Amino acid sequence: MASPSSLPLAAPPDVDAGIARRRVLDLVFQAVALLVLLAVLAALAALVYSILHDGLGRLSWAFLTSYTSRRASQSGVFPALAGSVFIIMLTAAIALPVGVAAAIYLEEYGTRSRIARLIELNIANLAAVPSIIYGLLGLGLFVRVLGFGGSILAGASTLALLVLPVVILSTREALRTVPMSLREGSYALGATKWQTIWYQVLPVALPGILTGLILALSRAIGETAPLITIGALTYVPFLPDSVWSPFTVLPIQIFNWVSRPQVEFAQNAAAAIIVLLVLLLTMNATAIWLRDRFQKRRSS
Amino acid sequence: MKRFEFLIERVLFLCALVSVATTVGIVAVLLFETVEFFAEVPIVEFLTGTEWTPLFANPKFGVWPLVLGTLLVSGIAMTVALPLGLLSAVYLSEYAPPPMRRVLKPVLEVLAGVPTVVYGYFALLFVTPLLQSLMPSLAGFNALSPGIVMGIMILPLVSSLAEDAMQSVPNGLREGAYALGATRMQTALTVVVPAAFSGITAAFILAVSRAVGETMIVAIAAGQQPRATIDPRVPIETMTAYIVQVSMGDTPAGTLEYRTIFAVGMLLFVGTFGLNLASTWVRERYREVY
Repeated sequence: MASPSSLPLAAPPDVDAGIARRRVLDLVFQAVALLVLLAVLAALAALVYSILHDGLGRLSWAFLTSYTSRRASQSGVFPALAGSVFIIMLTAAIALPVGVAAAIYLEEYGTRSRIARLIELNIANLAAVPSIIYGLLGLGLFVRVLGFGGSILAGASTLALLVLPVVILSTREALRTVPMSLREGSYALGATKWQTIWYQVLPVALPGILTGLILALSRAIGETAPLITIGALTYVPFLPDSVWSPFTVLPIQIFNWVSRPQVEFAQNAAAAIIVLLVLLLTMNATAIWLRDRFQKRRSS
Repeated sequence: MKRFEFLIERVLFLCALVSVATTVGIVAVLLFETVEFFAEVPIVEFLTGTEWTPLFANPKFGVWPLVLGTLLVSGIAMTVALPLGLLSAVYLSEYAPPPMRRVLKPVLEVLAGVPTVVYGYFALLFVTPLLQSLMPSLAGFNALSPGIVMGIMILPLVSSLAEDAMQSVPNGLREGAYALGATRMQTALTVVVPAAFSGITAAFILAVSRAVGETMIVAIAAGQQPRATIDPRVPIETMTAYIVQVSMGDTPAGTLEYRTIFAVGMLLFVGTFGLNLASTWVRERYREVY
């Protein structure tokens, strides 16, 4: 057995060189990865820049309050904006009760049953189905079989089915954060299961549920393909006045304008994109504000 | 009171069943119209034909040009999204200091939240002119530009799912590698990535599925000319863009032309559904348990 003193004091030169090489490689790798991330951020910046550059000049009060016109300079997004707001509210009115009810069932009632497991699996798969397929479902089911036509109701029903998986998943998350002790306290006072859920669990979970709903709706408001498929119009010279009226929405108006060769219409499209993005940002900011309030109240 | 409680539970259960009904509805609607379609067009012609001209006077129903167009654009998108997404994920998971991660992750999520019609605008009016200045032979509508933009759109999905997979690799494995003298790069590439392999693969497959089903970018920037080519410089048409093209026109229900979109939709649904199942299966089957 060799004594410690007989060990070489310094590593052979090739080992040192190996370590140095590996350190350099590590640094190069880190630099490349960081550059990639910066390139992605640059792409985001280019996207925002090109839209602001093209569209900011067209944005005006008249643009927001005018109907579409054959002349680009006189066109506005009023019917599309109204259509988007109307359809999102109706989508929320359908998706919220159904989604929350489904989540309550899965989380509070049927957690261990076989069918609940099947429903869960199904929801996970639905979440990954392309949105245009929902459009074909809407076309076959709501527009043709149920006879809704290309109406706001058909559009909102289609979008509601599209966002339902997201609403269910986020509601379940919110229900799971409600502490068990709250339910047990309620039972101890003689409340039934539904009374416990309605008076104790839901009020506590509500901000979380609403946050999830708004995030789901902010996906729906940018959806174009399913609404084109169910036959939303591209030229609407009036405001929607009931759930049965034909409609258009901002993304379809953008698609219509971007498909035209004239530069003026491209600028209109960019301006409409700014309107859409502002709407989206407002919704997301509301969701974040709700979440923060929720966290503050829970921690106090 | 008891009956009321029971009634409530039934109602809740019915709402939960809506999701199952959605799946059944999708399959039923697609199947119904597809069967009608194949009563008039032989399924062999549909699946093997190389000419897609359903709107012409002498219609041909070979779906290959649409499938090839879809694969071409998705292929370009994945060429962008996979390496860049994985590198971003490695950086975020293994290198970035926590404050940096807290800033970068939400910014990447912003990219994922931009409506696809906005990406379409970006592809057609920013990226295509930019590429044309480097590559004069590029047509105004082409597969390259929407492919690249789609890659940027999908990148956050790849990076976020791959990073989640890497974060779930226990620190003991990393520390073991460091103790053996490995650098961070060696640890990341030879220990963490292989350990997170199933999660990363599942993320890749899900990203392919997303690319195949993506509609508006290609409908805006790829042109609407079904063409059996792998040349990324010329206009092509994808399956999704075809459905949009027909929907934009005024196609009466019950015509053969109307049914084509359901037949194409069926193919799209089967393809993406298969990919989604594969993604789940890979994650479950090859999951490393620590």
